Amino acid sequence: MRIDVNAFVGAYPYRRVPGTSPDGLLRAMTRAAIDEAWVSHLPSLFWRQPMEGNAWLYETVAHEPRLKPVPALHPGVSGWERALGEAADRGAPAGRCDPMYYGLDPAGPDMRVLAAACGAAKLPLMMAVRLEDARQRHPNDTAAELPAAAVRALIRSDEDLRLLITHADRGFIEEVHFGSTPDEAARLWWDVSWIWGPPEDHLALLLGTIGLDRFVFGTGQPLRIPEASMAKLDLLELEPQQRAGIESENARAGLLR
Amino acid sequence: MLIDVHAHFYHAAAPRADWRERNASRLAAGRKIGVTIHVASILGSWGRTSPIYFPSPPDVEAGNTALLALQREQPDVIRGYVTVNPNYTSHARAEIARCLGAGMVGVKLAASRRATDPLLDPICELAREHGVPVLHHVWQHRRRDWPGQEASDGAELSALAARHPRVRFILAHIGGGGDWEHSLAAVRATPNVYVDLSGSGVDGGMLEACLAGAGVERLLWGTDLTMDTGWAKLRYLERLLPPGELELVQWKNAARIFPRGAFPAD
Repeated sequence: MRIDVNAFVGAYPYRRVPGTSPDGLLRAMTRAAIDEAWVSHLPSLFWRQPMEGNAWLYETVAHEPRLKPVPALHPGVSGWERALGEAADRGAPAGRCDPMYYGLDPAGPDMRVLAAACGAAKLPLMMAVRLEDARQRHPNDTAAELPAAAVRALIRSDEDLRLLITHADRGFIEEVHFGSTPDEAARLWWDVSWIWGPPEDHLALLLGTIGLDRFVFGTGQPLRIPEASMAKLDLLELEPQQRAGIESENARAGLLR
Repeated sequence: MLIDVHAHFYHAAAPRADWRERNASRLAAGRKIGVTIHVASILGSWGRTSPIYFPSPPDVEAGNTALLALQREQPDVIRGYVTVNPNYTSHARAEIARCLGAGMVGVKLAASRRATDPLLDPICELAREHGVPVLHHVWQHRRRDWPGQEASDGAELSALAARHPRVRFILAHIGGGGDWEHSLAAVRATPNVYVDLSGSGVDGGMLEACLAGAGVERLLWGTDLTMDTGWAKLRYLERLLPPGELELVQWKNAARIFPRGAFPAD
């Protein structure tokens, strides 16, 4: 069983990306032997009202059991509590908020209220550090990357909050993990999509220093080809049980409870 | 056969305490991936005693010497690019003669001087005389100067390649960050520029764009600092290309542009 916790459907505004339709995503999942994907609606990340993409997302995944919805939650827009309740009712594995794209203070009052509400609803909150390499972004794509300090602040702000952070690199992960108490760090999960493999071996290092149970399989597809996350795992020396932890069991045990 | 046209190794004079582990990790990952030959460079002291992209002549020499030693230790799997700093013309030319004479197979130009600068001409002239390719560090669409390097972009490399039509240039790490669409458009009509697929970027659509922009006969497989992403791109291409075309990217294009005899099957 392989779960991709970090996938998107829908067009990207800053460059042409193939395979953004639900069918395209499913084809890529089949190619990469991914059984299930947690899917966000990519266009609405850039909308003033991101939650308006949620209805389409729910409708789309309703036809395909391999896709699970990760609806948008914008705590600065009226109706977010209803969107959060709907996400919990529909069994969404997580809700997502991208404060840097929404124009929100990433650790400000709105985000802290959202963090508390997600904690109370037992709904993990997903946040992306970035979508693309900063060096290649479109000149008009000026949203800053999610700061590590904001993740530390949010995980400290509510003791029931669980955070799933995607597209983080080694430095970011280490800064947050070792800047948190063990109890706080135990409520943080990291996808492997942006962590380097050999010869730098950042992923192998982090599995040793931070612990294998904190990592989940994610790809960032279709903005990134899913083969990259597969290759990272194939280059590690993992026991089958360890690999299963990253590929599905950590997400199931930690985020789907 | 699989040739990595963009590899690096470290050495004792580099600032990293883990340089042996990183070298060993590259070779171990290469065995898993199936890399036959790592064509590598060492950029001076990697910043320890002079900047990575502006290496001093002594550091250039020490790095090249360390790479020659690695090549001697692992003759079946390692080949070298001579790294030079074109601001020191005489030294650069002497290094090229020394290292090609000792078995290196290409020239590495990092970012010590813009590709459009005439100071690169004597380097390229030597590359032509020896029949070796020039791997040129490229910033994919350089909109400004970046600290620590005098980087060139695809358009600037194309200008250099147009001045030296008989030299084969390798545009470094199309996936190394930056606007790869700009680079592909810039080199599209420059037949002596080959595109190396290395870099940490694994953007959806990038490989299709490389095939459309440069054509399968001008693509070279490589890894640079992330072998996982290199392997990912190779796996993707295995689904995208028929076996004959895949072989071009895996090694046949490289075998064509490096000197005859550089690789085992040559």
